[in-house]
Amino acid sequence: MNLAQLSLYDQAVVVSASLVLLTSFIMLAQARIVPLIYAFAWQGALLALVTALVAYVSGHPHLYVSALLTLGLKALLIPWMLHRLAVRLKIHHEIEAITNPSLMLLAGAALVIFSYYVSLPIVHLSTLVTRNTIGVSVAIVLLGMLLMVSRSKAVAQVVGFMSIENGLFFAAVVATYGMPMVVELGIAFDVLVAAVIFGVFFFQMRESIDSLDVDRLNRLSETAEPTEGGR
Amino acid sequence: MRWVAAAVQTALFVAAAPLLAGWIKRVKCHMQNRAAPSLLQPYRDLAKLFRKEIVLAENASWLFRTAPYVVFGAFVLAAAVVPLVAVHLPTAAIADVIVLVGFFALARFFQALAGLDIGTAFGGMGSSREMTVASLAEPAMLMAVFTLAMVASTTNLSVAIEHNLDAGLVLRPSFLFALLGLAMVAIAETGRIPVDNPATHLELTMLHEAMVLEYSGRHLALVEWAGQIKLMIYAVLIANIFFPWGIAQDFAPLALGVGMVAVAAKLAALGIALVVWETVIAKMRLFRVPQFLGFAFLLALLGMLTQVILETG
Repeated sequence: MNLAQLSLYDQAVVVSASLVLLTSFIMLAQARIVPLIYAFAWQGALLALVTALVAYVSGHPHLYVSALLTLGLKALLIPWMLHRLAVRLKIHHEIEAITNPSLMLLAGAALVIFSYYVSLPIVHLSTLVTRNTIGVSVAIVLLGMLLMVSRSKAVAQVVGFMSIENGLFFAAVVATYGMPMVVELGIAFDVLVAAVIFGVFFFQMRESIDSLDVDRLNRLSETAEPTEGGR
Repeated sequence: MRWVAAAVQTALFVAAAPLLAGWIKRVKCHMQNRAAPSLLQPYRDLAKLFRKEIVLAENASWLFRTAPYVVFGAFVLAAAVVPLVAVHLPTAAIADVIVLVGFFALARFFQALAGLDIGTAFGGMGSSREMTVASLAEPAMLMAVFTLAMVASTTNLSVAIEHNLDAGLVLRPSFLFALLGLAMVAIAETGRIPVDNPATHLELTMLHEAMVLEYSGRHLALVEWAGQIKLMIYAVLIANIFFPWGIAQDFAPLALGVGMVAVAAKLAALGIALVVWETVIAKMRLFRVPQFLGFAFLLALLGMLTQVILETG
């Protein structure tokens, strides 16, 4: 496929797909909580833009609803909730030490290559204009996982989880022009409920281990045993 | 005729470089509510330095004295390779982008050696820092250049620019990434604000200044001028590769005039963008520079990947 032969709207789909990928990398490199949440919000907004563009290109009006839903939930509501939680938990000025950031980014680039090779057979089967972006959507899922694996702060892990969901939604939009409306609504509410539950979960964690660092959960159980034995 | 045009364009390039520096300084002053110097101030500074006597350290070798000429010469040759107003120049046909990167490396090598030559602590420190930054910036620059080469199927700048011009308006994700990567490399290599601040002499942060601290008179003028040419080369590269509109494809006077106006407008706009960026961003710690350049490399790499994945796959 030659990009220059596509229409301008198809090219815009491809460019905004690559921008969604870029926001995944920005999240991977971002050590501060609040800019991380903003990057996540931008990813949601770009995802809504891609969905709207695909709706226009393919002539599927139900995708406009998905785009609006994505914009409302993933670009506005959930980032706002996460931001409010970060302020209430007083972690909005904290900086997380990322171990070896450059290596992390290169690992991310390797994941992009990997997902390209994995999705190559599917891409060859498809006849859609947006088929080339399937590899990108798989990469966004894997980058979200990398974000979850590499961070120890619970908020960053939740953002990683949400961006995995973004990748799945993106895959559905570009590979099959969207899921059925019922499924989409169900997933949207699932994500919303998950965000609420995560909020409760943060406060519980804060109560019990006095921190949002997930690594501390490990340490607590190990040190608890000798004191039990000492009694 | 073609060789004359190439020589005139190179001369124009070298002569206009201080003007661009003056423009950036002027816009920056306006932006920060300071009284702005005249646009011609860099020319006056250079003229003053050329008139002044050269003071050499006692243990300066021939290397220290020849380095400014080598550096200046390398940048003039590099400027000859870059199409400014028109494509199809014979100088551009001889050398490609990789040679251009090679000229940069040559100039940097001699400047770093000259910094070490005097034996002062600052010179060695500056050279060491410059080489650290360069070793990280060069792969990113080459990767961005390869992205361009893959899109246009050539490493020749002139042919590549004409290819982009003929393709019309194509939204290429690979160009977007290459542009971002190249801009970050340009900021690091020309010593602009988040990486280096050429306006201060602060030993904690200075990179480029530390190397040229011992130069005076004519030598300093050449080194400064070379720095301005380097900034101009990067600006022209960004302006003409990614926004090639208006560049002259033949040597008719009208086309050349349009090319001149277009490139002046693009450089002025780029200068304003650079000033806005420099005004909103703070100088970063030296130890964060590798991270900054790592991100530039990643962007250039992503440019190449998206070229393969999204544009041809």
